Amino acid sequence: MLGKLTLSAIPYDVPILVGTFIGVAVIGIAVLAAVTYFKKWGYLWREWLTTVDHKKLAVMYIILGLVMLVRGFADAVMMRTQLALAYAGNPGYLPPHHYDQVFSAHGTIMIFFMAMVIMQALFNFVVPLQIGARDVAFPLINSISFYMTLVSAILINISLFIGEFSNVGWLGYPPVSELQFNPGVGVDYYIWSVQISGIGTLLTGMNFLTTIVKLRAPGMKWMQIPVFTWTTFFSCIMILTTFPVLTVSMALLALDRYLGMHFFTNDGGGSVMLYLNLIWSWGHPEVYILILPAFGVFSEIAATFSGKPLFGYASMVFATGVITILGSIVWVHHFFTMGAGADVNTFFGIMTMFIAVPTGVKIFNWLFTMYKGRVRFEGPMNWIVGFMITFSIGGMTGVMMAMPAADWVIHNSLFLVAHFHNVIIGGVFFGYVAGISYWFPKAFGFKLRDVWGKWAFRFWFVGFYLSFIPLYAVGLEGMTRRMNHYDNPNWHPWLLVACVGVFVLAAGVCCQVIQFVFGAIDAVTKKPDALDLTGDNWGSGRTLEWSIPSPVPHYNFARLPVIRGLDTFHIEKELGRPAPVGELEPIHMPKYSAVGPILGVFALVIGFALVWHIWWAVIVALLGAFVTVVHRSANLDVDFYVPVEEIRADEEAFAQRLAAAKAAE
Amino acid sequence: MKRLWRFLPALPALMLSGCTVDLLQPRGPIGEGNRDMMVLEFAVMMCVVVPVCIATLVFAWKYRASNTKAEYLRNWSHSNKIEVFIWGVPVAIIIFLSVVNYWSTHYYDPYKPISQEMLDKAGAPNAKPLHVEVVSLDWKWLFIYPDLGIATINELDVPTKTPLDFRITSDSVMTSFFIPQLGSQIYSMAGMETQLHLMANVPGNYQGEAAQYTGPGFSDMRFRTIAMPDEQFQAWVQNVRAGDNAFAAKEGLNAQTYPQYAAPPAVSHEEAPKPAPVTYFSSVQSDLFENIVAKYNNGKVRAEDGKVMDMNSMDMHSSTDAAAPSHTGM
Repeated sequence: MLGKLTLSAIPYDVPILVGTFIGVAVIGIAVLAAVTYFKKWGYLWREWLTTVDHKKLAVMYIILGLVMLVRGFADAVMMRTQLALAYAGNPGYLPPHHYDQVFSAHGTIMIFFMAMVIMQALFNFVVPLQIGARDVAFPLINSISFYMTLVSAILINISLFIGEFSNVGWLGYPPVSELQFNPGVGVDYYIWSVQISGIGTLLTGMNFLTTIVKLRAPGMKWMQIPVFTWTTFFSCIMILTTFPVLTVSMALLALDRYLGMHFFTNDGGGSVMLYLNLIWSWGHPEVYILILPAFGVFSEIAATFSGKPLFGYASMVFATGVITILGSIVWVHHFFTMGAGADVNTFFGIMTMFIAVPTGVKIFNWLFTMYKGRVRFEGPMNWIVGFMITFSIGGMTGVMMAMPAADWVIHNSLFLVAHFHNVIIGGVFFGYVAGISYWFPKAFGFKLRDVWGKWAFRFWFVGFYLSFIPLYAVGLEGMTRRMNHYDNPNWHPWLLVACVGVFVLAAGVCCQVIQFVFGAIDAVTKKPDALDLTGDNWGSGRTLEWSIPSPVPHYNFARLPVIRGLDTFHIEKELGRPAPVGELEPIHMPKYSAVGPILGVFALVIGFALVWHIWWAVIVALLGAFVTVVHRSANLDVDFYVPVEEIRADEEAFAQRLAAAKAAE
Repeated sequence: MKRLWRFLPALPALMLSGCTVDLLQPRGPIGEGNRDMMVLEFAVMMCVVVPVCIATLVFAWKYRASNTKAEYLRNWSHSNKIEVFIWGVPVAIIIFLSVVNYWSTHYYDPYKPISQEMLDKAGAPNAKPLHVEVVSLDWKWLFIYPDLGIATINELDVPTKTPLDFRITSDSVMTSFFIPQLGSQIYSMAGMETQLHLMANVPGNYQGEAAQYTGPGFSDMRFRTIAMPDEQFQAWVQNVRAGDNAFAAKEGLNAQTYPQYAAPPAVSHEEAPKPAPVTYFSSVQSDLFENIVAKYNNGKVRAEDGKVMDMNSMDMHSSTDAAAPSHTGM
């Protein structure tokens, strides 16, 4: 009846997990009770859970991403404390069985459920607003994307309390992930979480590529697209070209595990190097999928806070395109140690090095954006300066690893771990955090308290160096990644420093939480100086999203904007914001739909049932999903018109706020 | 905060005093090559990174909003000169590094025997290579010395100033064979043979490790690499052959005794599996390595002359049976 699932799958004998479960349960019950007490279930369902509005989906993505950040960060704290303790005969507090799941979960969660999720939040919130669109090309599919991401995140967290998680790292290398060596359900949880979230990401890529190509405001030429949207465009191209490869690699691994096939097994003609080539021809573009939007964020912020247009816009767009192409032909640099011939290694090494060129160009572009500007160091701008320094160092170690003759000794070492955290934290994470604080007032209509953002930055900046410079050092002392304990006296002091570093980072995370809590308090109490009345919260916004009210009305633009060039809103401000021309017209919008959450529930059941081999549930849920899709296809009542009166009322209120703000100056 | 900052620069120096940084203090020509490449790249890249970091801080400071004396070009966003510079400089640097990349990838190719140049430099122009066959197992390393007829587990003894020709395979999951102070690593994979050429110039006791995660016993999947002058090495070989030392196994290593040594240790959820003890085998079946490779290829193995040999004479499939213990112990 329940497949492989029995009561013994519940790890009630592991105190850490029991404690975590109690904590999660208490918080969960408190949230549910609060929603019930305030009678908000109807509101939640009608306004949020069934939404197809890209802005609300963005908010839900952000919440998911931040919760997963805390979850992944907790794993990081456990790893660093384990390695600070587990020295010279002390086994530490995490035996390999547990520790190996922790590092696997850390990587999987941070990439798939933190970075990818926050990236999609930024896509969702920013892109339609920047190109003057009223929604994405496929709003319902957008909601389905979100639910696929959400349920895969839920599935991976279920593995904490029912069964176990994968113990073989975030990429699940065979043959150690094959059934012969890993008969538990951990790898299956990994496969199906990644598969389901991959569907969501693929749909997002398709959706936003179409949106950017087809839904730009009339008259917006390609070379007038804001840089963040450009980076999204290229990121989506890479999603579409590479995520299918991930899907296939996971599917083949699943076939090995479920049907006894031999794609990646030791014997029967399987080849582990086939898996490595497949997974990295997705995995390397994946890091560019993540970093390009971060580059986009930095480009927007650098221009806004320097009071100048971005330096070298065309060069920036071109460099992004070059990275997209080069990023797709470098994957072998993840396994120069495979034993490939010197010519193969040279090709991939040199291609890798050449990525440093467009990336370097970008750094210079931001540098010259600040040059002869009026740089204001409000929250988001801090992260940029931290990023430019940190990312330059990360880029340098990346070029070092691109040389096979050097990589042969630092491959798989903690030097490598330090390198990719150097670029992922210093690049992707700093960028996303900067992006969140930059667009937060646009989303909610009030500002976060800058001082906590600045403290968060300081702790993250210092904490990063304290945590990862030691890892570079132990990497040079020959320490490989994923070790559970060690007895090399040279490593111990460094790992102690890294452990201190992780707690400094924890202080940064706390500051971010505090910032959101104070933000919520300010919003509830309507603190006057926290409110964003003009829509141009930073006072120097250049792109379309700053021309409309904050929070943005559900139809985004009352009138389709007139594109006056690159940085259209900046040009409008120079012209003294000419009054809009033309009558207001009813706006055609999609209706909210329960299809997203319903498909989400079915996907969760399918994932869970596949993990535990509960075949009847898989079949029932598949049928349910099929019926849902057919029913939706037959439903013609999917849209409505926003009446002119509503739009006019919004417009008049906004005009009054603008006038009041002008008078106050 | 300020006090912390002042303390930081001194920290690395403080911690490095009296330590060996394996990769920066290699003990053989390959490791030296690896190090030279790293140091060269570091130096070249520093020529860009340092100015960029300084410029970032200087621009951020000089053009801060409160400094109204600084020039402000509110619409300036393009300069051909700067564009040429910011594309040209990285391209020039990367072209230079690419040339080095091409040369070093070929010169230090792990599949290439130790070059005469390296031998001359080590002062051993006529040294003959020592062949070692390496098998990664669940969570130990087996070293077979085919020319000497001996084998060891978890200890690799080698003569200095002698080219070491490794043939590497796995009889379990994939991992990576790595001796940091000697240089380059190469994957070990079941059913496949990879090659690596190293040399130790200086006697010493170096750590050797599995550099790719292999399961719960991964952290203890280590071996000592003991490099010693040739006379000492010959004495060690005699000692192993004689079989009267503390590490000696009761029997020689052959197709019959192999499975018991290859079997993984007991695994539990509560603690790491016990590391395998160092073991010396006074004799070894000469084609054991080929048999281990062949068992994943329907009993076939490709010989050095390219011919396919049939190894079916021996049944070594026992450790791949479904009943064999698994890593997770479930």
